[in-house]
Amino acid sequence: MPVDVRLPTVLRPHVGGKATIQVEGSTIADILRQLESEYPGLSGQVLGEDGTLRRFVNVYVNDDDVRYLSELDTPVKSGDEVSIIPAVAGG
Amino acid sequence: MAAFGSVLDLIGNTPLVDVSQLSPNPDVRLLVKLEGQNPGGSVKDRVALSMIERAEAEGLLVPGKPDQVLLEPSSGNTGIGLAMICRVRGYHLKVVLPANVSIERRQLLQVWGAEIIESPGAEGSNGAVRMARGLVADHPEWVFLYQYGNPANPEAHYRGTGPEIWRDCPELTHFVAGLGTSGTLLGVGRYLKEQNPDVELWAVEPPSGELVEGLRNLDDGYIPPIFEELGGAELLDRKTIVRPRESIEWTRRLVEVGVFAGISAGATLAGAVRCAAQVPAGERAVVVTVAADGGWKYLSTGAWTDDIDVVTERAKSIIYF
Repeated sequence: MPVDVRLPTVLRPHVGGKATIQVEGSTIADILRQLESEYPGLSGQVLGEDGTLRRFVNVYVNDDDVRYLSELDTPVKSGDEVSIIPAVAGG
Repeated sequence: MAAFGSVLDLIGNTPLVDVSQLSPNPDVRLLVKLEGQNPGGSVKDRVALSMIERAEAEGLLVPGKPDQVLLEPSSGNTGIGLAMICRVRGYHLKVVLPANVSIERRQLLQVWGAEIIESPGAEGSNGAVRMARGLVADHPEWVFLYQYGNPANPEAHYRGTGPEIWRDCPELTHFVAGLGTSGTLLGVGRYLKEQNPDVELWAVEPPSGELVEGLRNLDDGYIPPIFEELGGAELLDRKTIVRPRESIEWTRRLVEVGVFAGISAGATLAGAVRCAAQVPAGERAVVVTVAADGGWKYLSTGAWTDDIDVVTERAKSIIYF
């Protein structure tokens, strides 16, 4: 099932400049592994060596941060939108 | 009502207003705390006063002593609150301000005599933090309150904002606020959970990390030290992202009930509406949210009057959170 993945400006050079790409998978873990294998430049940017989300990376399914859902086991379905967004300062 | 001794005595005790007309769920009440009523115009007056009072208590600042300099990175509101208080107390304030904030934020800093040091707009608030850290390393004599790492920031909300909300609305079931420095959520959230552990805490974020173009790689990211030190991730129940268009739409919807608030208030209201919408039918809930400031500082963005597509594009290039 393809889902749309939105990428931040900082990651776009690794996917040929695209802002959104379609990736297959039924959980966030599937999506991220698939993404890293299809675009080798992304490898290690989103997931750390231990397979968990890197510290400054937030991943959202339809606007909800997966760290407060089921983290990498959060399910995704066709038509969902996944956003990868770096943590930055505010205030 | 007795006369107040100083404008600083007007900080806090802001009104909580029922805006349930905007609730998408007839069983869910919606209330918003109007922080724009603070004398410096935003919730950050509380934080600025708390940080300065702590620095004075610790002897880092001495009221009336000449040539005392403070430096603070801020996208605006904390800088404005500090500028007002520094003017009253006689301190010199330098604010590291990203170049792409609204013109009114810059003007208000100047009103109270703060010195502005501009950081690159493309680097957003991260760039302001980085530049400020570099400057204080070269000037250890400057007082660096550092809102992102100062426990007096969440403490202002633990002692003020949280108890006020509990006093005015003990029946609340959900609290929704923006996540900038994380001070509001940490302070109010901890206080409310101590009163009633079942209160759910929702954080609202703008997609800043998607928009900041000057981020070189993900290791340039930033998490406020207070968020990690005070267990923010464990405290929050949910975190949701609200994009610029939706923020502006809800900033406009607030006007329908007479509330003229800033664009970040539209974002937090959008989060509160999302929260209200997921409460199951027939279940009663009371959602309280915070409007961090009034609309005055955003008039130049045309947020209420110009075509929404145009304003949305404009909002992407200014920092409104």
